[in-house]
Amino acid sequence: MSQNTGTPLNILVLVKHVPDVQFDRHLTGPGQRLDRKDSVLSELDEYAIEAALALAESRGGDKAGNTVTAMTMGPEAAANAVKKSLQMGAAAGVHICDPALAGSDAGATSLVLATAIKQLGGFDVVLTGMASTDAETSLVPAQLAERLGVAQLTNLSKLEVAPGSNTVTALRVGEDGAQWLESALPVLVSVTDQANEPRYPNFRGILAAKKKKVTTLTLAQLGLAEEAVGAAGSATRVLSAAPRPPRAAGQVITDSGQAGIALVDFLADAKLI
Amino acid sequence: MSNILVYIHDPAGAPTKGQRELLALAARLGEASAVLGGPADAAALASLGAAGATGFYAAAGGLDATGLIAPAVSLLEAAVRESGATAVLLPNTVEGREIAARTAVRLDGGVITDAIDVDAELTVTKPVLAGSYTVKAQVTRGPALITLKANSVEVPDAAPAAGAAAPVRELELGDTGPAASITATAPHTATGRPELSEARFVVAGGRGVDGDFGPVEDLADALGAAVGASRAATDAGWIDHAAQVGQTGVTVSPQLYISAGISGAIQQKAGMQTAKTIIAINKDPDAPVFEIADLGIVGDLAVVLPQAAAEIRRRKG
Repeated sequence: MSQNTGTPLNILVLVKHVPDVQFDRHLTGPGQRLDRKDSVLSELDEYAIEAALALAESRGGDKAGNTVTAMTMGPEAAANAVKKSLQMGAAAGVHICDPALAGSDAGATSLVLATAIKQLGGFDVVLTGMASTDAETSLVPAQLAERLGVAQLTNLSKLEVAPGSNTVTALRVGEDGAQWLESALPVLVSVTDQANEPRYPNFRGILAAKKKKVTTLTLAQLGLAEEAVGAAGSATRVLSAAPRPPRAAGQVITDSGQAGIALVDFLADAKLI
Repeated sequence: MSNILVYIHDPAGAPTKGQRELLALAARLGEASAVLGGPADAAALASLGAAGATGFYAAAGGLDATGLIAPAVSLLEAAVRESGATAVLLPNTVEGREIAARTAVRLDGGVITDAIDVDAELTVTKPVLAGSYTVKAQVTRGPALITLKANSVEVPDAAPAAGAAAPVRELELGDTGPAASITATAPHTATGRPELSEARFVVAGGRGVDGDFGPVEDLADALGAAVGASRAATDAGWIDHAAQVGQTGVTVSPQLYISAGISGAIQQKAGMQTAKTIIAINKDPDAPVFEIADLGIVGDLAVVLPQAAAEIRRRKG
């Protein structure tokens, strides 16, 4: 124990299993829910996992008592998001899985996650990505901070807990420019894709993940009623959805020396200049 | 008539176009009042009044500017309770979404982000899945917190003349709860160009600019456009990350989007396909971006863009 790394951190990282953005995605059925086949770990969550692992390692890793737990909420297939987190290096997983959860909006989702986080207890840092790549609302992190009663440090491109200290310092770049932030633990943190370079799971990590423990939680185990979640518990409702009419391809010309002029003619015809 | 609140994040100075859009929409839906997220002098209040605000709410003693998000949430919560507002409109920015998110939890209301229209029944129209669907959604209980995308509401280019403003109602907030302290700030480097998220015209460059944003910036300046970039270009360090358009950057819905040297993979389309008119320039005749462009030009952007910029300047005289 020569290194003064401060008190060990108990870190929870939230991950989501989402339809792969490389393919076309569809809304289906009554309620216009997202077709979740061909799903993967949300790309933006990899930055949160990396931030969690790097933070634990900066304090001496698991040998010094730091832990990283990955938690997801979603149908059975969402266990894959936890599995990938474990392969990257998280020590344990939690999967909140219950058929009644389908159709939960951000408010209902944040209620379930906050309830689970309070029940599991003792987290110094709750980490998320900047948004999910499916709903893209970025609401859940702020709502979790509200429900947990902790400071939010969101949309971060840099995050640090100085060795030996329990103060988080961070850089947030938003519409107003750059803000440097500081807060005592515990905190809710979300990181952007500028925060780090996520590691790839290596062979040892993939093998080790098979032995790691994943706890499954149901609504009943969380003490939540079915009416508090899903469509019934959500304060928003989708009334209708229409696929965007495909943009018809317009005219394509090949430059033979006058394309810049043709571009300006097009703008003039469209009354844009 | 129902009360509609508009959250004005930074009310100092003349209202931005985005702020005027929020106020114009609120005035169409009901009695519009502005909630002031920072200090505003008499001139600022008068210009917000001219843009549609018939009342004002502010924190007694001023809002704590060093606390991140939480003080603004307490102010908005107090203003909704005081006014009985049925809806709150906020900008669709990081701050706007976060303030809406937490206020909805406190008031047991609902949040709908990315709105492009709101009707008299407070039905919200919004694009989802990177613009591939348009949905209509409603808040079913409590106040509706709606974040509005820029360029969604028609407003005059210039702010209307300011008159006398309504008085400001000061609200006591008490303890605003745990918040991170903002210990230092630095504004974005001023480019002299329009704000990307609010711009009517955007010229964006990608991998094809090969390190030189000069031709992109030249055409942008000839048009009075904002400069955007693909993730490949920002990741390469050719331009600041703040210029990134797309899924993990700024989403834009301008009247005109000129895409130069961007192939148009799904994630790149995500930030731009709600643009009214798209022009694409790419060397590769098979680039996917040509499938969604109103005008496609197969050619060298380093030749085509400067020629277009010079022609625009010539015609403008």
